[in-house]
Amino acid sequence: MNESNGATSDIPLLAMLPLILLLIINLAYLSAAYRQRSTTRGWSGWRTGFFITGSLLLGVAFAPPAMAWAHHDLRLHMVQHLLIGMLAPLAWVLSAPVTLLLRTLPPRTARHVVVLLQSRPVRTISHPLSALLLNIGGMYWLYLTPLYATTLQHPALHHWMHLHFLVAGYLFYWSILAGPDAAPHALGMRFRLGVLFVSMATHSILGKLMYGYLWPRGTGHEVEEIQAAAQLMYYGGDLAEVLLAIALFTMWLRTPPSRRSVLPPYQPVPPARDSGRYAGPSITSPSVSKRLP
Amino acid sequence: MATPPPVPLSDTRRSFWCAVLIGAGVMAGIDEILFHQILQWHHFFDHATPTVGILSDGLLHAAELLALVAGFFLLTDLARRQQLSVGWAWAGVFLGMGGFQLFDGIVSHKLLRIHQIRYDVDLLVYDLAWNLSALILLGIGLWLYRRASRPEHR
Repeated sequence: MNESNGATSDIPLLAMLPLILLLIINLAYLSAAYRQRSTTRGWSGWRTGFFITGSLLLGVAFAPPAMAWAHHDLRLHMVQHLLIGMLAPLAWVLSAPVTLLLRTLPPRTARHVVVLLQSRPVRTISHPLSALLLNIGGMYWLYLTPLYATTLQHPALHHWMHLHFLVAGYLFYWSILAGPDAAPHALGMRFRLGVLFVSMATHSILGKLMYGYLWPRGTGHEVEEIQAAAQLMYYGGDLAEVLLAIALFTMWLRTPPSRRSVLPPYQPVPPARDSGRYAGPSITSPSVSKRLP
Repeated sequence: MATPPPVPLSDTRRSFWCAVLIGAGVMAGIDEILFHQILQWHHFFDHATPTVGILSDGLLHAAELLALVAGFFLLTDLARRQQLSVGWAWAGVFLGMGGFQLFDGIVSHKLLRIHQIRYDVDLLVYDLAWNLSALILLGIGLWLYRRASRPEHR
């Protein structure tokens, strides 16, 4: 299994696995959304549209030819990284999959999901700061160490890297937006903006470091190729994070001014016999959250 | 980034400060598009830059992007609530643009030495032109500020 032979014909099943999973997830979301549309509450076409957009972006990134090219060309790898780790997660977060899941599942199962979402491990990794560390910290580790060169030689590690991009990206975008799925943490707008600021700064610094010091090393890529990839990361990251900021402020603008001081409470509690038990992480005092000027 | 305290006149102060954010963001955008991309006078990365310069450049870059988005939405919010003062907002835009230009010319180019305006040329002329344009923008902003603060405009 030599990297110069490409991954096209090596393990077709492993190469097709992301696409198959994507297809299953899409069928699940679309059928659940279809069922919700026939209820009185309905389901927003915007959300469905965001979900399909995210899935299409992932489909492009995970298509076997794209995977094979990205294996050899760092610029394509960076485009793939941008799609999997930033643009697709943003679209998926905006499609409110957790709310849809909780509305679709039977009440008993839904309550287990709510308990899981409020469990300590999930609360820990869904905090903006830990999501930032997973996201940007993972990138610094991947690109500024020999790790990236290692992932090129081990297909399983390569798939793991893509999964990490997707999950870490999703957690980060969700923790910053704190919506439309209610976030496990009641954090003020200023705090989340501050974390977004740190993310934008560290992302652009990483792009410059890669450009200037020619990381990732040990991959046999040309100098021009690495520099072009670093600039793609810099400007592509700008694009994705500005879109995130626009989404954040759009949600802020749509909130009536009187309610901006607090986050919406955890609303996706399934209609259950004793729904009072799981009222969600209650916002103990409005002073926890801060107002924007 | 000063935030106005919630006083009764906060509509004019907010109009002003949100517009400052937009002005600084717009100037940074012009700098990025004109000098980095079109003219390619500035370098994306300069090995002469000290590390602290690269770090502070990253912070500045994030701040200007966020300032542009935040300023735009905060002004939109003010306009929707009919609390926008246009005169103060224009004063803020020009003071923000001039302030950013001057900051870029003095701190980024000269003190932190992130990059120079252009390479292999006599820099003095370029530096003078850069900072002079900043002062002109600041002058316009100051004139608009004084005009906006006259009693008949309140």
